[in-house]
Amino acid sequence: MSSTVIDRPTDITVPAGGLWAKLPLIAGVIGALCTLGTIAMMFGEHKDRAFFAYLFAFATVLSIALGALGFVLIQHVTRAGWSAVVRRIAEAAAATLPLFAVLFIPIAFLGFHNLYPWSHESDAILEAKRWWLGADLGNGSGSKFLIRAVMFFSVWSVLGLMLWRKSVAQDALIGDTAGRDKITHSLWTLSAGGIFLYALSLSFAAVDWMMSLQPHWFSTIYGVYYFAGAMVAFYAFLALTMMALQKGGMLKHAITTEHYHDVGKFTFGHTVFWAYITFCQFMLIWYANIPEETEFYMVRMEGGWDKVSLAMPIIHFFIPFLFLISRHVKRHRTGLAVGAVWMLVVHTIDIFWNVMPNQGAHGGGEHDGAAAGAAGEAVAAAAHAAPHFAVQLVDILALVGIAGLFLAAFAFLLKKSAVVCINEPRLFESLRHENY
Amino acid sequence: MATTPKTWGLLAQYETPKAIYKASERVRDAGYTRWDACTPFAVHGLDKAMGLKPSTLPWYVLVFGICGSLFALSFEVWAMGSEYPFIVQGKPLFSLPAFVPVWYEFTVLSSCLTVFFGNWVLNRLPQYYHPAFKSKAFARVTDDKFFIMIESADSRFDLDKTRDLLKDAGATHIEELED
Repeated sequence: MSSTVIDRPTDITVPAGGLWAKLPLIAGVIGALCTLGTIAMMFGEHKDRAFFAYLFAFATVLSIALGALGFVLIQHVTRAGWSAVVRRIAEAAAATLPLFAVLFIPIAFLGFHNLYPWSHESDAILEAKRWWLGADLGNGSGSKFLIRAVMFFSVWSVLGLMLWRKSVAQDALIGDTAGRDKITHSLWTLSAGGIFLYALSLSFAAVDWMMSLQPHWFSTIYGVYYFAGAMVAFYAFLALTMMALQKGGMLKHAITTEHYHDVGKFTFGHTVFWAYITFCQFMLIWYANIPEETEFYMVRMEGGWDKVSLAMPIIHFFIPFLFLISRHVKRHRTGLAVGAVWMLVVHTIDIFWNVMPNQGAHGGGEHDGAAAGAAGEAVAAAAHAAPHFAVQLVDILALVGIAGLFLAAFAFLLKKSAVVCINEPRLFESLRHENY
Repeated sequence: MATTPKTWGLLAQYETPKAIYKASERVRDAGYTRWDACTPFAVHGLDKAMGLKPSTLPWYVLVFGICGSLFALSFEVWAMGSEYPFIVQGKPLFSLPAFVPVWYEFTVLSSCLTVFFGNWVLNRLPQYYHPAFKSKAFARVTDDKFFIMIESADSRFDLDKTRDLLKDAGATHIEELED
């Protein structure tokens, strides 16, 4: 209940000559070189590893952009006031989603055969799932797999771009209250429908691209699992971007400790949400003890992956839980920065742990002749082909590559408009936002 | 038998959230410590205007939450592992994943109960009698009026000076409360 009059912020454009202005070029060049390097390795001797490294990097960085899209949709659907000063950051991150459609090409056309065992293997379980999975086109990609990917990227690209473009268009309408409100109302309508499409497309994409790496295995909570991780990663990314923008001379007074506190709360909350979902998936599979389901964890309980599996609850839940639970940490820049970097790192490890052990896993059908792969031994034996836990150069290369391209696109979009929704009706509410 | 009623303090009525916010700042700046503000709804930021320290409740919740958490886990380990060992689903007697739901829920439960009852204790509730209950005007605190009361036990309390302060801060009605 501050009685002081707050002015519209003026430090709202990327200053020329600063690091933010150069970021599209710097990150773009580094990202393009590393991505091309990874793609080149897809034709080399260790192409399998290159494909998996690329998919891991793709899924990790995509989760940040998808988290951003989810954030923007939720802000509009709930008509949130506090977030008006940081929403443009998320809008720009979500508007990079068309880039991921391009980055998906190596997965869809080069790595499809090597990544997804169901593309060329056959057994009773796989044939029962064939109506969904679809067949191999014979030209290196799957028919239904490809159609679904086009659908996912269409939904994300249209939503991401429209939410960003309309919001940017609103910036120019200062003084035109009717025009401004019309845009806000259309954003609400778009988001109300969009949030359903978003939830469905994200879930099915996680099933298609990550769950079907182990095609016998299934987990009905997998889509939510990916979503939870995506939100954690996005909020951590958002906190760091807010700090970086302020360091770069933008939004010096617009973003306050109160906004950092709220972003910290969401990072904390989604960390708990992630732990809840992850444990739900694990406990049901552990209790029921059915071979097709336990396969997922069996692969991850040997060859060095066991250490990652056991570390996960500690580094992705207990440590950040006890650290971020404090109000003082969330309101302290360095404290929140440490928490955000930590969450981004453990989220990356989480996706790595989800994707990489599947290299060499196969359905257990065609190759060893087991009728249905239903026998526990057969499934377990099939799982033994998983590589030992190790981080290779190509993993880092792929991650830097795709993250670089994402950052370049993100910084490029931020530069194209004000870095804050300057004409958002709730801007002033957000500027004087306080936590009680 | 007749004893002269002792003055318990002063009750001042304000009309708007803004008025009580400003008045609270004045009372805070005048250095009073034994006083309170009563409003029909939460006036955001009033704790700052009153100069209240952050609540100690989170620390109680942390301590009782950790105690509840440790109790639940050790109880499960003791009950399932030694007091009444019982094989379920062919799992080992010490099966941490099976303990987690109860462990987690009990941690939440003990934290929530601490919040609920801690809130009562720290607010000295239930309170069956308060001098302000005798005031007719004060009944509207649950409707549309805002009140500040300063206790005579406050070292800075002076009937006339305190009355002037409250009046000067925009009070529309002031009355003495008797114990």
